[in-house]
Amino acid sequence: MSEPLVRLENVRFAYGERMILRDISLSIPRGQVVAIMGGSGCGKTTLLRLIGGQERAVGGRVLVDGQDVGGLDREDLYALRRRMGMLFQFGALFTDMTVFDNVAFPLREHTDLSPELINDLVLMKLHAVGLRGAAQLRPGELSGGMARRVALARTIALDPMLLMYDEPFTGLDPISLGVIGQLIRRLNNALGASSLIVTHDIQESLQIVDYIYFISEGRVVAEGTPDEIRNTSDPFVHQFVHAEADGPVPFHYPAGDYATALVGGAG
Amino acid sequence: MGDVFRKLGSLAISGVWQLGFIARFFVLILRYSGQSFMRLHLTIRELYFSGVLSLLIILVSGLFVGLVLGLQGYEILQRYGSSEAMGTMVALSLLRELGPVVAGLLFASRAGSAVTAEIGLMKVTEQLKAMDMMAVNPIARVVAPRFWGGVVSMPLLAALFSTMGIFGGWLIGVVFIGVDDGAFWSQMRAAVDFRYDVLNGVFKSAVFGVAVALIAVFEGYDCVPTAEGVSRAITRTVVSSALAILALDFVMTSFMFRGL
Repeated sequence: MSEPLVRLENVRFAYGERMILRDISLSIPRGQVVAIMGGSGCGKTTLLRLIGGQERAVGGRVLVDGQDVGGLDREDLYALRRRMGMLFQFGALFTDMTVFDNVAFPLREHTDLSPELINDLVLMKLHAVGLRGAAQLRPGELSGGMARRVALARTIALDPMLLMYDEPFTGLDPISLGVIGQLIRRLNNALGASSLIVTHDIQESLQIVDYIYFISEGRVVAEGTPDEIRNTSDPFVHQFVHAEADGPVPFHYPAGDYATALVGGAG
Repeated sequence: MGDVFRKLGSLAISGVWQLGFIARFFVLILRYSGQSFMRLHLTIRELYFSGVLSLLIILVSGLFVGLVLGLQGYEILQRYGSSEAMGTMVALSLLRELGPVVAGLLFASRAGSAVTAEIGLMKVTEQLKAMDMMAVNPIARVVAPRFWGGVVSMPLLAALFSTMGIFGGWLIGVVFIGVDDGAFWSQMRAAVDFRYDVLNGVFKSAVFGVAVALIAVFEGYDCVPTAEGVSRAITRTVVSSALAILALDFVMTSFMFRGL
């Protein structure tokens, strides 16, 4: 088996004093779709930022296509990012441009292609997400699901080797959610890319991904293929898959004794 | 008592830090300006937004400041029987002080606040981050064009402000009150020195342009990415720009005009 496209080795990360990632090791094999799951605020998005080079790890190494992201200077980092695509949670479309110009943006910035060729490429990307007819609309005129599809078209404009998705399913109706899920899988296969999805939507993910990592309190607590995850006896994964309110992830924020607090009058 | 000193100290330290951040940001803008000039249409677009769209408020304010200067000036000058000096008075006060300062204050509240709001909202909606992830430097693509748009617009707007003001003074003095037309203009031409008065005024407005544009882009880029953060950043842009203009004006005036 060839070297995985992305490999994290004992990565640690902290915002000031607050430890976010304690010791994370994981890898994304080429051609696969991998999901990273965990409760809100467990450091999932930070992982994406580390891989994209927007943050640097305090300890350990983040390797993308053999390059140590933390050790790159700005120029090399930008060269690497040209081969990565990242879909932000709410699309992050440029509001002063049309849908067409949004998708054309990376092409115009990074290539010297003729306007005719850019026109064709943009229409192909938009067609792939089913929004060729919306090319002349403005981001403000799109629904949440459509905006995310446009952002997806923009993300794949330069045919990246690595696609990263930050909570791609948040706030979508079931139909849009299914559409985005299918697109992520189809585009990954069509582009021959590798994808990393950060999400807490377990049901959708089980259908489209090849491998899942569960993160809690800055560590990988469970991992496996969708089949292994469905049949696992791991209490954390069980709680997550079945959406139980209490379990290894407690319902209550850590607090003192309840009775003492009520009688004593102080939390 | 110790508390007061501690607060003062921390205010001073954070002020120095802030100045350092702004200076570093300024250097970054200059460094990436070359890249941004490669796409000149971006800067031209910002010239339109900051300059052309500010024309109305600048022209109207200039006219009214000139009209009022004319009325007040005539009232005072005629006491000494020298109402023909009106042209000189109106022109000098506009070219040296009022043009650059008032136009600068108006520019900060009209264009500076808009730039801060735009960049701040791009930050809130992650557009700047998205750009950075697409390997496009937001300082070159978003910040530098807006900065240069402001820097170029400001002296032009101040010049137009002064021109409208002089026209307003002429309207009141010559057309309405009946001061002699020839005396109005010839006295003005004799008293106004191109280098000493006009160029110094233009220099002032150029400095204000750099200050306002830098504060506006910095506050937008540096804002806390929430609705409240953006609103605070806009307020800070207007307040800091106004204070910067007044302070810089005092310093420059004391160096430029020393007819003591």
